[in-house]
Amino acid sequence: MSQYSNKGRLNFAWLFRMAWHDSRRSRSRLLLFISSIILGIAALVAIYSLRYTVQGDIDKQAKELLGADLVIEANIPAGDALQPLLDSIGDQKATEQSFASMVYFLRTGGTRLVQIRAVEGNYPFYGSIRTNPVNAAKTYQAAQQALVDKTLMLQYQAKLGDSIKIGELTFTIAGEIDKVPGKTGFSAAVAPGIFIPLRYLAATGLSQRGSRINYSYYFKYDNPVDINALVEKIEPRIEDAGFDIDTVEAAKNNTGNSFEDFTSFMNLVSFIALLLGCIGVASAIHIYIREKLNSIAVLRCLGATGKQAFLIYLIQVSLLGLLGSIAGAIAGTAIQFLLPAVLEDFLPVDITMQISWKAIAQGIFVGLLISVLFSLLPLSSIRNIAPLNTLRITETKNRFLRDPLQWLVYLLILAFVLGFSWLQMNNWMQAVVFTIGVLAAFGILAGMAWLIMWVTRKYFPESWSYLWRQGFANLFRPHNQTVILVVAIGLGTTFICLLFFVQHLLTNKVALSSSENQPNMVIFDIQPEQKEPIAAITRKFNLPVIQEVPIVTMRIEEINGITATMARQDSTLDLPRWAFEGEVRSTYRDSLTDTETLLEGKLQTVAPSDTDVRISMEDGYAKRLHVGIGDTIVFNVQGALVSTVVGSLRKVDWNRVQTNFRVIFPKGVLESAPKFHVLITRVPSKESSASFQRAVVSAYPTVSMIDLGLILSVVDDILSKIAFVIRFIGGFSIATGLVVLIASILISKYQRIQETVLLRTLGASRRQVLTITALEYFFLGALAAITGILLALAGGWALAVFSFKTVFAPPVLPTLLIFLSISALTVMIGLFNSRSILNAPPKTADII
Amino acid sequence: MFMAETILETAHLSKTYEGAGRSTTVLKDVNFSVEAGATMAIVGPSGSGKSTLLGLCAGLDRSSEGTVHLNNILLNNLSEDELARIRNQYVGFIFQNFQLLPTLTALENVMVPLELRGEKNIRSRALALLDKVGLKERVQHYPSQLSGGEQQRVSIARAFSTQPKILFADEPTGNLDAETSEKIIRLLFDLNQEAGTTLIIVTHDLELAARTGRIIKLKGGSIISDQETFINNDLTL
Repeated sequence: MSQYSNKGRLNFAWLFRMAWHDSRRSRSRLLLFISSIILGIAALVAIYSLRYTVQGDIDKQAKELLGADLVIEANIPAGDALQPLLDSIGDQKATEQSFASMVYFLRTGGTRLVQIRAVEGNYPFYGSIRTNPVNAAKTYQAAQQALVDKTLMLQYQAKLGDSIKIGELTFTIAGEIDKVPGKTGFSAAVAPGIFIPLRYLAATGLSQRGSRINYSYYFKYDNPVDINALVEKIEPRIEDAGFDIDTVEAAKNNTGNSFEDFTSFMNLVSFIALLLGCIGVASAIHIYIREKLNSIAVLRCLGATGKQAFLIYLIQVSLLGLLGSIAGAIAGTAIQFLLPAVLEDFLPVDITMQISWKAIAQGIFVGLLISVLFSLLPLSSIRNIAPLNTLRITETKNRFLRDPLQWLVYLLILAFVLGFSWLQMNNWMQAVVFTIGVLAAFGILAGMAWLIMWVTRKYFPESWSYLWRQGFANLFRPHNQTVILVVAIGLGTTFICLLFFVQHLLTNKVALSSSENQPNMVIFDIQPEQKEPIAAITRKFNLPVIQEVPIVTMRIEEINGITATMARQDSTLDLPRWAFEGEVRSTYRDSLTDTETLLEGKLQTVAPSDTDVRISMEDGYAKRLHVGIGDTIVFNVQGALVSTVVGSLRKVDWNRVQTNFRVIFPKGVLESAPKFHVLITRVPSKESSASFQRAVVSAYPTVSMIDLGLILSVVDDILSKIAFVIRFIGGFSIATGLVVLIASILISKYQRIQETVLLRTLGASRRQVLTITALEYFFLGALAAITGILLALAGGWALAVFSFKTVFAPPVLPTLLIFLSISALTVMIGLFNSRSILNAPPKTADII
Repeated sequence: MFMAETILETAHLSKTYEGAGRSTTVLKDVNFSVEAGATMAIVGPSGSGKSTLLGLCAGLDRSSEGTVHLNNILLNNLSEDELARIRNQYVGFIFQNFQLLPTLTALENVMVPLELRGEKNIRSRALALLDKVGLKERVQHYPSQLSGGEQQRVSIARAFSTQPKILFADEPTGNLDAETSEKIIRLLFDLNQEAGTTLIIVTHDLELAARTGRIIKLKGGSIISDQETFINNDLTL
């Protein structure tokens, strides 16, 4: 054996040369195969670039996110105990009191709920409130003036110099707000803001006891100080007083984290497009290798080892993967410049787009790795191509289950998908769920495709006309691309449909709650003395007073004798930290409403003077607080401590527009506490809603009103924006599906030309051939779309029933439209790329 | 007395294909040996097992029973890669349909076996061979740009490039017209004589078979005759 054992060593220079030579006739086709991954890489690089750019911008603009070095805030004013501490820190200070209230545009008569921000001092210390005119943010505090959000100005056709009424006081609009540091476009849509000077707040009558005001104290240091050390020192005192501390670092992390979550999600969507593309590449390489069978057999005959033959094609595919990835990275870098326009409403910082080499490198690496991994599946079969094929074509046995390399490749692909998703989510459990989800979706779609092929073959419609039969039979004939196309186009369709269904579900849910006789307007912040007159106005407008309840705000002081300070110092205590932080809005009554069901204990209707006050707690809230029947809770009702015992647990249906409470007191305890009332009614139309709001707000400017119709339009607006962004990225997967379609048409072009030429030779007209081709692509597109829609319907149903707890009623017409569009698109692309096949003259037969 | 070395020897060689619940035996108990430098033809009707026998002898396929010794090396127990190296070092092939790599030029096609050996200065050797087969002016042409006869010349040049000990030719003139066939046969025998290579031709063509030193006739997978012929290539050429 020694005579020949030194042969067959790997001469890489020759392997590269052979790879280059062998690709001579197929380079353009090979580039086409690899184009399937370009879109996936482009999406990935675009999102990566955006992530790095925004991360950089968040770092650069971190101080502007907060507007100060330090912010201390709570929903209670700093009392005498805390004020000396607040006075002792910071070189420059600003104070803000913010709350929701109604604004009344005097000239146009419009009114709506807004976020009032009453400010004193030079907030923001970093960055600026962008206004029109530019200097309005600096000058508005000098007089009884306001800065009004631009969306509000537009909505109520207000102009600079107009008057608005906030509470009892009228302000002149000094400027239109374009952007506030640290706020996103969304927060402006949900609660558009109005800035007023703090010194006028008292005169508005809106800062009475019981109002839900948030107090923020901003601090700036002229010289750098160690903020973390300062926070560590003052935090216990601040928290004991019920306040929170926010630093630049924390704001940066919060913003960074939420943006990272968003980009991770987008990356996973792009990754699915990339996976689709890779399946397309694997399928194309499979056909390519089948065509190369003879050349490989000759090489083997001449003495090339299986490894050498395998490496020649692996080098080809790797180089192509590299080229495809580079092309994808270039496209992705170009696309990222479009993204800020799409995303600006999501981001609290100004984006300064630039080329991210890190993102480009990552994209190229991922593209190269994944295209090679997926190509290894068809390439590994090269090792088994027998040299005997030079003498006669031999059946290559399906060695799938026996070839350890194939198993290894599948394992590597699985590990890569899992690893990639873990990198995005940083959570193994989520990564495993995502990987299983992707596998399941691919598996279901591939299974459906197999089923379709099996059913069409088994129940083939023999009675159809020849053209229909021929087109239909193309779905399952040898070398068909049915599975890959149904998976690729189907998955894209699932994405788009599911997004649409979820959006429809959410808006429908809000719309449903405002339909029929459901309440659709909530009036709150009603002071006790305003309760009767407002109910009277409601009746005067022929509107029903559906519910009218008192609300008392309080905080938890102690749970079973444990205070916030004790809980903080002893981490072994079984109490959530937030238990003492939030504000609890409670009411008092002697009965349950129709949205409540008693689960455990007995409802105390009136508190007896000699025994404990027994409160009723919402079941879920009690679980989160880790308390049950018989546990004691001390509430701080705006200064007065009220000791209670958990007497009963209730289940609450939160889905109804109605006041629901986590804690209900019996009668006879809170009647004298500072409180406000809520009145719920139903307005039949937009017009009556506007006139009713005008009447209430002009008579009682301190009350606030929520119009469900307005919420519906805001929800719809936000969902549309989110859906657009997701659709933008999800669209890559549809586009990838179509590229795979184009590639597979062109790959099978020669085989198709042969068949077409034969048909033409046998007397088929061009029109007949065209009909057969069009029908084939229609069946393919329609089946892929139906499969995708079915999967989306199943997903939508599951989300509706299990997540949104509602009935799933998919919109029929838009779904039909999606089906038709995808089918039509497939037919158009199919026919367009088959032009040369359709036009092939019969005489071509002898040159094939 | 001078005894020629045996280059190829089969013993009780059989090949059975299993499939669809039944087995088909295409070769049954084939025994023969070939001396180095000899010429031999394997003839027989379609389906008689000629190509199967060639495949087994050249290490392209594995027998179901029996042994093949090529250059005193038992092929039966070798791995696929070891067989590949044996082919590269000792065996040359000429096929009916030429089997040139369509993406390589005539020159590159001839160089492939030498490249696989990792040898040096192969370009000049390949050029010399192409010159010898009369294709000096066509070295940069791709197979599709060459006529059938020219393609078979490239194939012959490729087969002789490694100076193989044994050359297997499967119907070398099967796809060529009579005139071209004659030229190709002359070239093949000339080169063979010059290099002293063992030549085994599988063919239907009895005239061609008669030009070799020995004819083995196959029928139904078995040897029905094994005769030496009176060779006079010089007279016929």
